[in-house]
Amino acid sequence: MTDGTHDHHRLLLAGLALLVVALSVASVLIGYAPLDLGAAVLDLLAGRASLPALVLAELRIPRAVLGAAVGFSLGVTGAALQGLMRNPIADPGIVGVSGAAALGAVVAFYFGFSAAFALALPLGGLIGAGIATVFLLSVARSGADTATLILAGVAINALAGALTALALNLAPSPYAALEVVFWLMGSLADRSLVHVALALPFMVLGWALVLSSARAMDALTLGEDAAHSLGFSLKRVRLVVVGGTAAAVGASVAVAGAIGFVGLVVPHLMRPLVGHRPGRLLLASGLAGAALTLGADIVVRLVPTRPELKLGVITAIIGAPFFLAMLRRLKVEGP
Amino acid sequence: MIVVAEGVEARRGAAAVVRGLSLAVRGGELLGLIGPNGAGKTSLLRALCGLDPLASGRIVFDGRTPAEIGRAAFGRTLAYLPQNGRIHWPMTVAHVIALGRLPHGAAVLDAAARRAMAAADVTHLAGRTTGTLSGGERARVLLARALAVEAPVLLADEPVAALDPYHQLQVMELLRANARAGAAVVAVLHDLTLAARFCDRLALMDQGALRALGTPAEVLAPAPVAAAYRVSIECGARGGEPFVIPWSRLDGPAGKEPTP
Repeated sequence: MTDGTHDHHRLLLAGLALLVVALSVASVLIGYAPLDLGAAVLDLLAGRASLPALVLAELRIPRAVLGAAVGFSLGVTGAALQGLMRNPIADPGIVGVSGAAALGAVVAFYFGFSAAFALALPLGGLIGAGIATVFLLSVARSGADTATLILAGVAINALAGALTALALNLAPSPYAALEVVFWLMGSLADRSLVHVALALPFMVLGWALVLSSARAMDALTLGEDAAHSLGFSLKRVRLVVVGGTAAAVGASVAVAGAIGFVGLVVPHLMRPLVGHRPGRLLLASGLAGAALTLGADIVVRLVPTRPELKLGVITAIIGAPFFLAMLRRLKVEGP
Repeated sequence: MIVVAEGVEARRGAAAVVRGLSLAVRGGELLGLIGPNGAGKTSLLRALCGLDPLASGRIVFDGRTPAEIGRAAFGRTLAYLPQNGRIHWPMTVAHVIALGRLPHGAAVLDAAARRAMAAADVTHLAGRTTGTLSGGERARVLLARALAVEAPVLLADEPVAALDPYHQLQVMELLRANARAGAAVVAVLHDLTLAARFCDRLALMDQGALRALGTPAEVLAPAPVAAAYRVSIECGARGGEPFVIPWSRLDGPAGKEPTP
């Protein structure tokens, strides 16, 4: 639109971006050890490997960057899948990649690779997500419709869930099982710049793919037949959205575990603010997802429990009641 | 623009739903596609849109196949109004109609979209969200969306199905005006009087095949209608315009022949 809604939308995006920046800074400032930020930044810039500089570079910054990136991934892919399926209860987890990524990481745990070297965990997650993605894309390339594609995701999730349960069942010790369960709850604690370097390229690729489908998302408002008649290839859109989601969410789960409800709830929050236009919802949901995840990760560190609460627990505790309230409203308004 | 279908055959699973059908539609013409339920009217429209692959035959637009035209350009060549079209998110009417401009770039409410909105008599609804519209309003909004493409070919599947008589006449006038303005318009219709009054030519389909093709007077004769629909019809004219009333089922007990 050339009228006021365009300015309104820019204002919304700018506001959300500012919020993400502010929460990122807050995330860097908050931690368990006191940090002289000024000294840390100066040392870091001067190349001095002082303790404050190490805390900043190795703990605080990776955590903030991953919080924003994981949240953006969940928000933008949730909006894209809801648009692709024209179904407001779709969630990035539905394509099965998060289950597969979790399984990959659990396998790395189970066979002791993660004890041998720390990065086995995210690498296992990425490999799991990669295998699921290749399978999904081959289904999409064969010309399957959206429902079939989602059912393939459900099947991947079921299989990955079963194998994860098997690993827990056969875990050598209760301690190992507990470790896996904790990891599955999702957390951003103790992630390093290496985790960022591993995951971010896949996430950025996924964002670019998903955001490129904005016009097709708008066209899909009228259904797949009308979208086709407007010049969009549904097969291509499915490949781009499912491939992008798999890359971004697979990488997210590989480094942070499963963080639920962000991808489901955030698009609902943003939809009224973008006039329910699915193309515009993408970027807004990405930014709001980043803000929500950063906020939840700050809450995790402010709540005085030790060991710290898992991020996935907080997002679910915030998300589930919120979602229930939304369902009530949906029922009242009705289609 | 001239759209030519040659020996088109379309299948749904193993069943042939369009069988060896050939016809041509020219710019400036409103062609009514009529026939009983399951005759293959929607399947033919879907084949014309390129939604379903052809089992055999070909369809060309000014001599070029959709593949030769290219996907994006084909979106500007042909506008399609599906039967019972849905609007999946509660956007404003203005935003829905702007979607018709996507093949030309972005979904913006430009002059073409505003023309379409005015033509379909929905300008006053522009700020409403689609969830608040009546069935008739929604149908006209979707028609305006299709008109906003300003494509040289317009395919409308049962465009008057949800409408009251006033809006049925309005939409038929609109389709005819669109044809007069140069578009090749194909509309699937069940109301034989609307078909007779507004269409330049009619194509009568039955069991996937073309049973009759010609002027309304030629096609809506008792014999072809009886063969395809299994009903008798009463025909007349008022002020030089024909009307056609389905009267009785030919193979059923209901309906009495009218007294002369």
